[in-house]
Amino acid sequence: MKVIDRSDFTALIEELIASDPREVVGVQESGEQYVFDRLESAEQLALEHDLTALSPKKYVMPQRETLLTYEQTDDDYEMRAEADPTGHIVVGVHPYDLAAINQLDKIFIDTLQDEPYRRKREHSVLIGVTMQDVADTCFAASMGTATIDSGYDLMVTDLGDRFAVDIGTFEGDQLLESVPTRNASAEEVERVAEIKADLEDAFDRELAFPPAALPTLLEASYDDMDFWEDYAEQCLSCGTCNVVCPTCFCFSVDMIRDLEGDSGRQERRWDGCLLEDFATVAQGENFREEVAQRHRHRFMRKGWYIYERYGDIACVGCGRCTRHCVAGVADPCEVYNELREGQHA
Amino acid sequence: MRSQTRKRFEHGESEYQPIEGQIVWIDDHTDDDKLFVIDLPDGVALDHEPGQFVQLFVPGVGEAPFSIASSPTNEGPFELCIRAVGNVTNAIHDMEAGDVVGIRGPYGQGFDVDAIAGEDLLFIAGGIGLAPLRSVINYALDRPGEFGELTTLYGCTEPAEQLFPEELDSWAGSDVMDYRETVDEVPEDQAWDGNIGVITSLIPPLEFDPESTVALVCGPPVMYRFVIKALREKGLADDRIYLSLERNMHCGRGLCGHCQLNELYVCLDGPVFHYPTVRDKEEAEV
Ligand SMILES: Cc1cc2nc3c(=O)[nH]c(=O)nc-3n(C[C@H](O)[C@H](O)[C@H](O)COP(=O)(O)OP(=O)(O)OC[C@H]3O[C@@H](n4cnc5c(N)ncnc54)[C@H](O)[C@@H]3O)c2cc1C
Ligand code: SF4
Ligand code: SF4
Ligand code: FES
Repeated sequence: MKVIDRSDFTALIEELIASDPREVVGVQESGEQYVFDRLESAEQLALEHDLTALSPKKYVMPQRETLLTYEQTDDDYEMRAEADPTGHIVVGVHPYDLAAINQLDKIFIDTLQDEPYRRKREHSVLIGVTMQDVADTCFAASMGTATIDSGYDLMVTDLGDRFAVDIGTFEGDQLLESVPTRNASAEEVERVAEIKADLEDAFDRELAFPPAALPTLLEASYDDMDFWEDYAEQCLSCGTCNVVCPTCFCFSVDMIRDLEGDSGRQERRWDGCLLEDFATVAQGENFREEVAQRHRHRFMRKGWYIYERYGDIACVGCGRCTRHCVAGVADPCEVYNELREGQHA
Repeated sequence: MRSQTRKRFEHGESEYQPIEGQIVWIDDHTDDDKLFVIDLPDGVALDHEPGQFVQLFVPGVGEAPFSIASSPTNEGPFELCIRAVGNVTNAIHDMEAGDVVGIRGPYGQGFDVDAIAGEDLLFIAGGIGLAPLRSVINYALDRPGEFGELTTLYGCTEPAEQLFPEELDSWAGSDVMDYRETVDEVPEDQAWDGNIGVITSLIPPLEFDPESTVALVCGPPVMYRFVIKALREKGLADDRIYLSLERNMHCGRGLCGHCQLNELYVCLDGPVFHYPTVRDKEEAEV
């Protein structure tokens, strides 16, 4: 573990903003909330944030991105796959968001080789930060994602006038080369461990049982339609819970035609299983017509389906869905706890 | 083990890059259905398994999945039978021979021809469900000796909806396949002297050995439950049934989530499923 003075860390970020070809983005305040956005200067960084509105997923899987362009000339026709490699230097990523990106890596790179994702991911640098403030909707400790020891290039912990820095990758190590650092003292290492340990108690919300029990619990709850109907009654099918989630990755593919009509592009954009037409086929048959079915699908996917296929619980406990759901019915922690309680009643 | 999707094409920068296919022939089947014969560059074969699908890209309009209607034994251009129901399908109906489309694939799991080798095959097609089944029907017809007795049941809403009319005639006159057909109804302006009734009405009179028969079924969602029930009543075991299912698809490769059926992805794990795999999945609706 290294230690870097606060002023040197600031200088490092300034230098990256000034000279790295990639855009440097970081957590900052925007009105009432925290967001990841382009940094004009290191001073904008708000590393004491509790939760950002959207997760940094947007930098590896943008809300809209071009998969393909096409152009038609008289008798020729050209189609080109696009895989925009524009990576970002992302500063201030909380451990649960790093965990979410690790899950996406497994699916989009290791398993299904999604080139547009891979390119952006491999050209990006993730600078994590140990949580200092915990959102009231967050239950990351229960999901094992309040702290993390891989999946970042650098991981910093605020020690007041200095930061402790964990180096996760060679690229992270290289970033530090231009600024003075020193090895952390035994006390500083200890201090970081304490901060992390204290975090465990900082959460208002917790899952009442280990997440490893989720797949079985959900499987057993699948047919409990009364529960799902009751629960989904207030749901507006707005899809916000899907959109804000760092582990949700469903998308739609659209064709965008240029005005002249002989060229254009194919884009993918975020989509969500809570939206009514998500599973509708051309002639109108909808395989998940009822709100309750869609609602159930979301929780099954998070706690069971993705686990079956990839071995991960697709919820890192960030609490964004809970915070942004106006109907107050999106909280996985609450849903899973209630299911568990019902099962034991 | 069944083989995974094989791929002969070099894709460009990513799997999302289609290769250019040229429509070489279009055959009108009904008011709404046309058969498109598509050639790949340099005479490359699509190299598909019966029952697999491609993503067809129409510039400026969109992309949609279509089952490959021709058998892989039929080398050269491949065939898609397309019903005009919306944006992409209407746009391709407006195209002419010589026009170019994009093709991605073949994708998904088709009919497991190794698993059903040696068995008597009972094909049951409803409406446009004949298109995917035709790839395996013709496969079986082209490989005499590889399978046992062949039977095809085909049901449409009305006589004018029948696809592949010439082929149906040849099947009806053939002594290597027992072909039977039905229509739900006969409008006054159409002629028909065959069976009238839903497709399940063709099943009870059939004589087949449930021990040596495998049923391959494709049709509209409402059809499956009733066909399976009728097959069970004839003593056919669940593990002797294969189904091809349709779902909304966008990516065709297990990412976009649209085709999800409980924990399965129809584009990766299907569209052809062994019935026991989907029997207890509510979202399969079978
Ligand atoms: C595995 C598979 C095989 C198929 N085989 C055939 C075939 O051989 N012949 C045939 O005529 N049809 C087939 N279909 C159905 C065909 O894909 C749809 O009719 C087609 O997608 C409709 O597209 P559209 O743009 O014309 O319709 P629109 O109603 O204009 O569709 C608008 C949008 O809805 C979405 N959508 C709606 N339904 C579907 C769907 N079923 N699949 C994908 N996206 C959908 C798409 O985003 C599409 O862009 C098959 C479908 C699947 C999944
Ligand atoms: S659960 Fe909440 S956020 Fe999600 S779709 Fe329903 S109302 Fe919208
Ligand atoms: S489901 Fe909710 S709490 Fe879980 S990762 Fe997604 S947004 Fe965060
Ligand atoms: S079509 Fe995208 S996941 Fe199956």
